Amino acid sequence: MIRLEGINKSFGRLHVLRDVSLEVQKGEVVCLIGPSGAGKSTLLRCINHLEPLDSGTIYIEGVPVYRYARGDQVIADSDRKIEVLRSEIGMVFQSFNLFPHFTALENLMVAPVHVRREPREQARRRALALLEKVGLSDKVDAYPHELSGGQQQRVAIARALAMQPKAMLFDEVTSALDPELIGEVLRVMRQLAAEGMTMLVVTHEMGFARDVADRVIFMADGMILEEGTPQQMFSAPKNERTRQFLQSILEPNASVEETRAFSGTASNVG
Amino acid sequence: MKDFFTLFNFTGAGEYLPDLFRGALVSVELTLTVMGLSLVFGLIVALARLTRFRVVRTVATTYIEIIRGTPALLQLFYIYFVLPAFGLKFPPFTAGVIGLTLNYSAYLSEVYRAGIQAVAKGQLEAAQALGMSRTVMMRLIILPQAVRIVVPPLGNYFISLFKDTALASIITVKEMIFTGQIIAATNFQYFAIFTIIGAIYLAISYPGSLGVQYLERRMKIGYRSRRRRATFGGPAQGAPQGAVS
Repeated sequence: MIRLEGINKSFGRLHVLRDVSLEVQKGEVVCLIGPSGAGKSTLLRCINHLEPLDSGTIYIEGVPVYRYARGDQVIADSDRKIEVLRSEIGMVFQSFNLFPHFTALENLMVAPVHVRREPREQARRRALALLEKVGLSDKVDAYPHELSGGQQQRVAIARALAMQPKAMLFDEVTSALDPELIGEVLRVMRQLAAEGMTMLVVTHEMGFARDVADRVIFMADGMILEEGTPQQMFSAPKNERTRQFLQSILEPNASVEETRAFSGTASNVG
Repeated sequence: MKDFFTLFNFTGAGEYLPDLFRGALVSVELTLTVMGLSLVFGLIVALARLTRFRVVRTVATTYIEIIRGTPALLQLFYIYFVLPAFGLKFPPFTAGVIGLTLNYSAYLSEVYRAGIQAVAKGQLEAAQALGMSRTVMMRLIILPQAVRIVVPPLGNYFISLFKDTALASIITVKEMIFTGQIIAATNFQYFAIFTIIGAIYLAISYPGSLGVQYLERRMKIGYRSRRRRATFGGPAQGAPQGAVS
């Protein structure tokens, strides 16, 4: 579904991604964990070309799509090709980024109608269904500022789903939320995973990673240091850095259940 | 000493007031025409400055720098007195409209540009991530948000334009100052005439600046004002309970 080969990315002298290769199968849920500054978010942003690469190739369903930075120039596939790719991969951001001048419903309809050129009525029906799915049927006409953070993030997930994406990228989507609002967003994500959505999730929610992920990848310093099933990663990490990181997050004596409450703070620390 | 008091002679005012009002009307007309045109051209210039095409960008930047680096008065002279030598002859009012529009389009384009760039970066990314093209993103996401940001400064330019129409007197546009000069040349009541003109300017621009202040306050409220409309005027909707942030 998504395959990355030898991705390199620098911001100035800072080398954020070093030769990263990774593959996400259709229907797979992969969680990316690691200390902040590890390059997890950058990796996600590279996948739908919000950041141009320095080198490496990204294949979406076997098709390579290019967008390279060369000095201050960007050498890329046609805008159209990149736009189509982006429209097929949903992305949810840490800071929601809902369009403040649109209602929840309009937020969901704008891309299907203006990017996909779907008939308004069809887009509307699906938007309503999606808002119901994320439990916000009563907020259809609300503007983003009228919603709590958790509600906004659920609208943002629904907005991405409105494009009927082949895969979803989640970039620390619970990190900006008050702890009591995290659960409602994770519930939606669990449901999506259960429905077989292909998901690549950058997260500090170790409880979520343990329960939902098919595979957990540990990144640090722009490299993938270790990957495996949640059981392997959480019970017997091989890499020293992984062990240290998990220890710092899952306090020595805390059980995994307690972790979820704790990791709200961990996102600030880590 | 007697001469000094004749300064305050308003006796003839009844006769020339209608002329001054007619002049005021020309000023207003000039303001509205130039503002309307500048709002459109300013936006075009702003978009030209933000495009990926370097040539377009350079042309737009050059235009702005020339306009900002030379006096408006000189620009008006140039259009009215110099261009006829190249076969481009305009009546005074038209020349005034062209000159002031060139001037204000340049300044307004900078206001627009600042507004567009002030839209949060996350909005761009969200729009891009949904597959929007630059055009769609600009039209549906960026500009509607930029408008709220630029309305107050645009209002201030509107008022300052009204005062700048006085510059057009220099190329014989029959607005207030020009009319006042003509009258004063015959009856020498400088004090009376220019005081009245000042009062007329103030009577129009002061309410204008109150209006801008009102807009400024409304824009600061953000999107709440829209909610009120949506709640009361729009389809039935639950009370905005649990509105955090």
